[in-house]
Amino acid sequence: MSNSCRRKGINRRAFLQGAAAGLAGMTLPLDNAHASFWDAFLQKHFREMNDTEIKKVISRLEKECEEKYKKVVSIGTEKPLPGVQFGYGLDLSRCIGCRRCVYACVEENNQSLDPQIHWISVLRFKKGDKWVDLENSEKYYNPEKVPQKEYFYMPVQCQQCENPPCVRACPTQATWKEPDGIVVIDYNWCIGCRYCMAACPYGARRFNWASPNRPAEKLNPKTHYLGNRPRYKGVVEKCTFCIQRTRNGRYPACVEICPVGARKFGNLLDPNSEIRYAIEHKRVFRLKEDLNTYPKFYYFFAYGR
Amino acid sequence: MIIRNFLIAWKLSLKGDKKFYAWLTFLVILMAIGANAYISQMNRGLIVTAMRDQVSWGFYISNFTFLVGVAAAAVLLVVPAYLYDFKPIKEIVLFGELLAITAITMCIMFIMADMGQPWRVWHLMPFIGTMNFPASLLAWDVLVLNGYLAINTAIAFYVLYRLSIGKEYRMSVIGPLIILSIPWAISIHTVTAFLYNGLSARPFWNASILAPRFLASAFCSGPALMIIVFQLIRKLSEVEIEDRALFKIAELIAYAMGINLFLLGAEIFKEFYSGSIHSAPIQYLYFGLHGHAKLVPWIWTATLLNLTAFFIFLFPKLRENFTILNIACFFMIIGIYIEKGMGLVIPGFIPDTLGEIYEYSPSSTEVLVTVGIWATGALIYTMLLKFSLPIYTGKLRFQKYKES
Repeated sequence: MSNSCRRKGINRRAFLQGAAAGLAGMTLPLDNAHASFWDAFLQKHFREMNDTEIKKVISRLEKECEEKYKKVVSIGTEKPLPGVQFGYGLDLSRCIGCRRCVYACVEENNQSLDPQIHWISVLRFKKGDKWVDLENSEKYYNPEKVPQKEYFYMPVQCQQCENPPCVRACPTQATWKEPDGIVVIDYNWCIGCRYCMAACPYGARRFNWASPNRPAEKLNPKTHYLGNRPRYKGVVEKCTFCIQRTRNGRYPACVEICPVGARKFGNLLDPNSEIRYAIEHKRVFRLKEDLNTYPKFYYFFAYGR
Repeated sequence: MIIRNFLIAWKLSLKGDKKFYAWLTFLVILMAIGANAYISQMNRGLIVTAMRDQVSWGFYISNFTFLVGVAAAAVLLVVPAYLYDFKPIKEIVLFGELLAITAITMCIMFIMADMGQPWRVWHLMPFIGTMNFPASLLAWDVLVLNGYLAINTAIAFYVLYRLSIGKEYRMSVIGPLIILSIPWAISIHTVTAFLYNGLSARPFWNASILAPRFLASAFCSGPALMIIVFQLIRKLSEVEIEDRALFKIAELIAYAMGINLFLLGAEIFKEFYSGSIHSAPIQYLYFGLHGHAKLVPWIWTATLLNLTAFFIFLFPKLRENFTILNIACFFMIIGIYIEKGMGLVIPGFIPDTLGEIYEYSPSSTEVLVTVGIWATGALIYTMLLKFSLPIYTGKLRFQKYKES
């Protein structure tokens, strides 16, 4: 499925350039401000570009960011590391529902502040009620202090499924699973049809209903093409396990910020990793296991409470 | 030659009386209002709609789904006309096909209106884009809908061409296309149903009954629309459409609605009797959930309209009275429009996959864009009729330019 996308792109490019030349005169402005419009319009799918083409695209995108934010933004293309399958663990017995992860994620991943986009949703459940009863969970809880005695909390974000329904749904292959298990989106290829959002069982995907709005001083300039680079109006985005950090050997922002150490992260293929320890020694479960999506996001209980 | 004749027919179709121009002006005004709303949506993004992450599809996709049904229903006319050689219907098949062409064009417009990045539409075209075929049902839908558009356009214009030079169409040319168009019509609605059906994340859609129900309801709304349109054609032009043809269509609607109501009953039974957590969406639709009940009055209106229409269509005495027939057709169109539109799409998202309830009703922008697209559809159909009627009635004939 994923390989079918690597067809020769030459004919298509030639065809489109011809078509573009024809269209150019009639429909769209071609002044200097829009000089890169056609480059952007004709940009190929990320996985169909060779290294030279990627370099060209990156330099164009970096220039665009610099013009917009008056700030140097680097857009990395770090490739997946061999022998790595990222896995995530979340200790429900520790989580206190403070939502620091939510905001650390926003800060790291350059989500829009207005309208507000969060990649992590923390759900609050009443203790002693139905177990993980999503329908009666509360996302907008707002007490003075957390944790509250009568509740427990469950953060949900992209589960980086081994069998992701969103990838199957996407009509343009704009979203796919990388060899290290991270499900990514090419923001320059997404057509904004939102079929992936209908397909995702975890409510993990977010749409840019308006132009993402983020002041330059709050922009994290260290980005990845498939991760936290500035997005566009009308495209879908989601958690990428902080691809810009984790492919460089760092922890995701949400793991680092968690004040109670409820979040674990590591290489599932490394038998000595913390995540492997948790899976092998704790009582783990994955969300909506009946759907056979095989998330690489494990919930567990380090101790009872 | 063909091009010249086409242009002559086209020029002729632009001429009409005052009523005709008033109608066109009315449609163009609605289109302009819709276009204006769409431009503001293009500039500001889909934030001007009421859709949000929780309910990520809304009024546009609802209209799209309804119209796929209308387009598919053209097959209902093709089957008896060509397979059983039922003369009265055979004569009006052309207008059904033109309706299918219009409906598919409107479907494409609704999809474009719903897209976040409409300029990138080429990404999902076969060969030039990276269509995710066969994995994505949306890719299938693009193929079958465009294929259906091509088939119906080919049939309609071939028939018109032959008529315009005063000849019967050749079955050897058009036969295979007609045979192909029958399963193809079923496929467009099946694939559209599967598009929802295949999502295990949405229990409301993830029910095997969805595709059969889609077809059954399409065979109600589409033909009901046609009965009304045919009467209009009959009234406004010299085309003679026999009552017999209209009553035959009405009879077929009765069967289709019977099946649709039976399937609905089967669904209702399963959902409410088993009563698992997966019945929350249908609970929301019919009775409301946790105090949220925006769709409840709509779905009961639809149920009532459909049941009333069904009883009218069931009895020949009632359905063969034109006033009652038209009321029943109107009831059915509105009933299915609600049921197969918002009634199908919105509960798929309520509650959302993490249990949140976000109640959706279309924003003014969505309503205006939708009105604009319907006006465009009406304009397209008007012009298609205006173009083909003189040829169809024999008013316009071109000299044979080659002796056979």
